[in-house]
Amino acid sequence: MSLPSSVGIVAAKTAHFTEPLSLKSGDVLSQYHLVYETYGKLNADKSNAVMICHALSGNHHVAGKYDEADKNPGWWDNLIGPGKPLDTNKFFVIGLNNLGGCHGSSGPLSTNPATDKPWGASFPVVTVEDWVNSQARLADSLGIKQLAAIVGGSLGGMQALQWTIAYPERVRNALVIASAPNLTAQNIAFNEVARQAIITDPEFHGGDYYNHGVLPRRGLRIARMLGHITYLSDDAMGAKFGRKLRDGHVKYGFDVDFEMESYLRYQGDKFAGEFDANTYLRMTRALDYFDPAFDYQGDLSAALAKVKSDFLVVSFTSDWRFSPGRSREIVKALLDNELSVSYAEVTAAHGHDAFLMPDEHYHNIMRQYLAKIEV
Amino acid sequence: MGNLEKNMAMSADARADFALIAQWVAPNAKVLDLGCGDGSLLSQLRKTHNIRGYGVEKDDANWLKAMNNGVDVIQMDLESGLSGFEAQSFDVVILSQTLQAVLNTEAIVHEMLRVGREVIVTFPNFGYWRHRIQIMTGNMPVSDNLPYQWYDTPNVHLCTINDFDDFCRKSNIKVQQRLVLTDKKEVHVMTNIRGNLAMYRLRSGQS
Repeated sequence: MSLPSSVGIVAAKTAHFTEPLSLKSGDVLSQYHLVYETYGKLNADKSNAVMICHALSGNHHVAGKYDEADKNPGWWDNLIGPGKPLDTNKFFVIGLNNLGGCHGSSGPLSTNPATDKPWGASFPVVTVEDWVNSQARLADSLGIKQLAAIVGGSLGGMQALQWTIAYPERVRNALVIASAPNLTAQNIAFNEVARQAIITDPEFHGGDYYNHGVLPRRGLRIARMLGHITYLSDDAMGAKFGRKLRDGHVKYGFDVDFEMESYLRYQGDKFAGEFDANTYLRMTRALDYFDPAFDYQGDLSAALAKVKSDFLVVSFTSDWRFSPGRSREIVKALLDNELSVSYAEVTAAHGHDAFLMPDEHYHNIMRQYLAKIEV
Repeated sequence: MGNLEKNMAMSADARADFALIAQWVAPNAKVLDLGCGDGSLLSQLRKTHNIRGYGVEKDDANWLKAMNNGVDVIQMDLESGLSGFEAQSFDVVILSQTLQAVLNTEAIVHEMLRVGREVIVTFPNFGYWRHRIQIMTGNMPVSDNLPYQWYDTPNVHLCTINDFDDFCRKSNIKVQQRLVLTDKKEVHVMTNIRGNLAMYRLRSGQS
């Protein structure tokens, strides 16, 4: 076996859809487009496709680089590539940017074909269900009737779960990582604080900031800072920053004294410079609304009654935003339906972010599960 | 449970109880194997009995081995109970050579009886004559079935066959069948002295 390597130089593609998409909200997208990337080769009987669903701030650039000098490979590059746990010598991997995103797919930043102006605040509120329906159409457009696997972490795991509910015949395996069957009240609360930070930014203008030539950077920055705190564990933060002072002493003011503050400000600024606030609002709402058990009086097992896929469910011990207990709820519902499921609770210090880290045991789990899949 | 996994990694010889456990499992049964180790019992039962089943395993390395053996394996600590499993949702729940290493022994036996219509438990007999001799000569027993020193043993709830019979009577647990073995051979007389491995087939006494 050759050493794990990168998928190399990649380029995004765009798929246009003219068949209207009915959304859960009742709105209809008359036409839309999705940007996506693919890695590896689709085999002759098209049985080796794996789709990657992204989380809140993710996109279609999952692996590889855009050119030799590119210092930022795709967001799950450590997992995907030749000889890596999700081996592109075996699988044809598809990454896409979800509807409502800000990386090229139809969303608030894109042009509304009806008005020829950016959608802005008028882009509909999209849900996990809508995303999965659009993803299924992307699979159609690639001639793929059935996915070998659907893979996602966090909000991406919710999409993976939804695939198995909405399209039981179209997905053989679901890898649901650091996810939950719905958000807890505490999680919705964090999202609400993030949204309030954005909405109350004077430069938000009801989401119409494009027309005012401004960006609600302050709001988005605070939203991201809050998010970052919740994605890390207390221990991980303590180990990385502790009470380290940037200049060795406190300065009796309100600028950066602690390294922790410096890190949060850096992350907030970076994010506010590259992400769209209207997209952030929609991604957090999609998280809040996902609740497949809602129509079944809260009975998740009943909600999963038609599911046929095999599952790998993985959680991380220090993840308090999507805690192991939430993954165990999914596992219980799968067991109640006598589905094939393996569940791993990975000992990890990095909190929710652990699902993106190249932890050896975690990657062995992924590697072995994916190796078992016949294509 | 400390180094319970050492128990799980016992040699194939020491897990000779597999074949005997298999006699008590009906074809096509739905089986839950607690402390499934590398999953070899379940993968064997799948071949010989066409069973459906899940393993429960706490240890990372064993978990990977079990998955590699094609077993659906749930990572959890038995000590936290079986709340992830519905009542009477399995035909058989198996706890093979692990009972003695469990802290909440009584609770776990009742949990197994809640989840399974039938329970199979195997454990080393502390009353085995070689163990008695070692105690009489002044040492904690060390044997093929109890391969640990007192300071590194995962076994915290060792019992004799008499003890376990008493426990079942007291707890209203019905012993359907009992098999006592020494070196893979069945023992019929003076079982609590001559046997080094006990196997029980249990049901809840109520009903």
